[in-house]
Amino acid sequence: MNNPDTNKPRTIDLVNQSLARRYARERRFRRLGLAAITAGLLFVSFLFISIFAKGYTAFWQTEIQLRITFDEQMIDPSGERDPEVLGFADYNILVKTALMERFPDVRKRGDRRDLFGLVSTGASLQLREIVMADPAVIGTTQTLWLTADDDIDMLVKGHIDRERDESERRVNDKVIAWVDALEADGALGSSFNINFFSHGDSRDPEQAGIAGAVMGSFYTLIVTLLLSFPIGVASAVYLEEFAPKNKWTDIIEVNINNLAAVPSIVFGLLGLAVFINFFELPRSAPIVGGLVLTLMTLPTIIIASRAALKSVPPSIREAALGVGASKMQATTHHVVPLALPGMLTGTIIGMAQALGESAPLLMIGMVAFIVDIPQGAFDPSTVLPVQIYLWADSPERAFVERTSAAILVLLAFLLTMNLLAVILRKKFERRW
Amino acid sequence: MIRKQIALAVALGMAGLTAQAAATRDYISIVGSSTVYPFATVVAENFGKTTKFNTPKVESTGSGGGLKLFCAGVGVEHPDITNASRAIKSSEVESCAKNGVKEIVEMKIGYDGIVMANSSSAEPYSLTTKDIFLALAKMVPGPDGKLIDNPNKTWKDVNPELQNATIEVLGPPPTSGTRDAFVELAMEGGAKAFPDLKTLRGLERGSDELKAMMKKLGIPMSIWTAYEEKKGKAPSGKDIFKVVAHGVREDGYYIEAGENDNLIVQKLEKNPAALGIFGFSFLDQNSDKVQGSHINDTEPTFDAIADGSYPVSRSLYFYVKKAHVGTIPGIQEYLNEFSSEKAWGDMGYLTDRGLIPMPKTERMKFREDAMNLNPMSK
Repeated sequence: MNNPDTNKPRTIDLVNQSLARRYARERRFRRLGLAAITAGLLFVSFLFISIFAKGYTAFWQTEIQLRITFDEQMIDPSGERDPEVLGFADYNILVKTALMERFPDVRKRGDRRDLFGLVSTGASLQLREIVMADPAVIGTTQTLWLTADDDIDMLVKGHIDRERDESERRVNDKVIAWVDALEADGALGSSFNINFFSHGDSRDPEQAGIAGAVMGSFYTLIVTLLLSFPIGVASAVYLEEFAPKNKWTDIIEVNINNLAAVPSIVFGLLGLAVFINFFELPRSAPIVGGLVLTLMTLPTIIIASRAALKSVPPSIREAALGVGASKMQATTHHVVPLALPGMLTGTIIGMAQALGESAPLLMIGMVAFIVDIPQGAFDPSTVLPVQIYLWADSPERAFVERTSAAILVLLAFLLTMNLLAVILRKKFERRW
Repeated sequence: MIRKQIALAVALGMAGLTAQAAATRDYISIVGSSTVYPFATVVAENFGKTTKFNTPKVESTGSGGGLKLFCAGVGVEHPDITNASRAIKSSEVESCAKNGVKEIVEMKIGYDGIVMANSSSAEPYSLTTKDIFLALAKMVPGPDGKLIDNPNKTWKDVNPELQNATIEVLGPPPTSGTRDAFVELAMEGGAKAFPDLKTLRGLERGSDELKAMMKKLGIPMSIWTAYEEKKGKAPSGKDIFKVVAHGVREDGYYIEAGENDNLIVQKLEKNPAALGIFGFSFLDQNSDKVQGSHINDTEPTFDAIADGSYPVSRSLYFYVKKAHVGTIPGIQEYLNEFSSEKAWGDMGYLTDRGLIPMPKTERMKFREDAMNLNPMSK
């Protein structure tokens, strides 16, 4: 190489010169990426920590120990132990008597009212259950732990500031003195909050639970799954394997992609107009919720299923056809089973989306106060995200921690479902 | 009917679920106001626990939305009772009648106060309705008496006796019943303190005096024409007055904080400089965090709202479809529970939740209406 122009730098020099700058640029780019991920993780952990910090106390419930005399005169004077009579007896009196025996100095009417407020209104139901389960307790005296009122629960958990002036807090000095007296006797304890998992909604925070909402979510998701999985897979298989490629299928494809991006509240309005007003299905029922969420999850499932079908190599189809299988046999015996893990993953992610959805359900009357736990898809019910929304809007202080606790339960369900999707993919997915 | 059967068959066939037909309903269906919701749900729960009937389903749809559903017709698919934080409008009674809902029993249940509160760590406010109007209205009378865009930036601008703090009020959005009641009671009350606006309110529909007064106050005639186009008739002085008095400023001093009253309480706790507007029950539950401002020298207390001396309070109602009594089990008994002294009485369980009871004579009257199912005459 005879290069007369010696002033002109050689390419390798140029490269070497710029190398340091290029490395620096790469380092900056990497750091930027790392910073983005750190920021994301920070936000997520902040969210989790704040919800957990607010919510974990709701899994424990303050209880008060009382000596309850199951007075036969009060419960069943006839002595026949007729379940009907036992069911309608006034168990509240037993609780009140026990409290008056524990604090005999309290005489004034107003003070007694405060005293009876120590124990939850649900305590009489607790006693009722005990008697119904075993009528032999009638006539005996038992030492029992009864659920405390939500104000007492908040006081014990430290959510009510004792230092404040009496007029500025929900619990007055007398009540605090009684609570301290009970604590000194060891008659104040806390146990796992079973009510939270076994009860339906209630306006008394200590009686409120998520069982109704969980069952509502369950029925809604069952309906969604039973409808959206077969319809979604069938449409995906048809579009991918059988449909001719023309402008009609193009239009359908564009529309499915568009539907996936439609705000979910729109599906709620559609559900209200079609399922409730036109088909006259009942309001607030999981069947309608399921139908609406089916509309919402279908695009997700179709798109995921088509991607799974596309990833099955054409050689499988050709081999099947080559040994004499019909198009349908090739599809049902070979292609679909191979694509199934991907389809299931898509379905689970769609279901997780549906579980966390509340906006479309607002339109179809699932934002409702429902105490009775739903027994089927036609019973009025609510779902977990809506229950969270309702509790967040309740004035009672104790609902704050229950709201966070319900969010924790919802997050646990979502994590489980997503984990399932990951495991399924890892275990069964085949790569070619 | 055939559509319903097809839908049911399709849904059942595909879902493969057992279900009872939706042709009958064995629980009461209640819809309506989110303000009445906390009270209606407590009664519903108690009713479900103490009687052989199922617990009623209570939906929170807002007063307007509830009445719309309620008036849609007679039959199991329509609600039996709707809660409202205002009285039913004559237009709603008409639309009800058009759909066959003729006999409606009106039940007043008590009162709810709307409070303006700030954090307990800050100095309490003592406001008049005039101060509130001057601080929050979109248009206020200027120095020459003409309406101008609200120039007030601090409470001291509004009234020299007040704190020298920037106006920062967190309140509900226009869709909320609390907002409706607040503008009607506090803002209108404040607007009436101005003689010209008060005169405007009394002027006759479409009169020349009204036009002259609007000119004097500098109110644009576009409000007049807009009303005419919408309603098909000329506005009255009251209509123009309402437009002026109900206009809340949109320049950042009034902040729409959503319908969630708990959120407003939390924000006030964090920001001692701000005031918030919400229902009395939230003040009652959070008395350790926030304090209610005095309005027209009256503190928002249980007693002041009950005897009517606190100016910003409203009545709460529910409406019962008489045609459903007898077909849906338990409606009569639900009315009985709601109107019992142990529920809405002076010492009843609803007062524990922040409902302010009616005087005894009024309670007796409404209980009688409930027992005899006397339909309202409107």
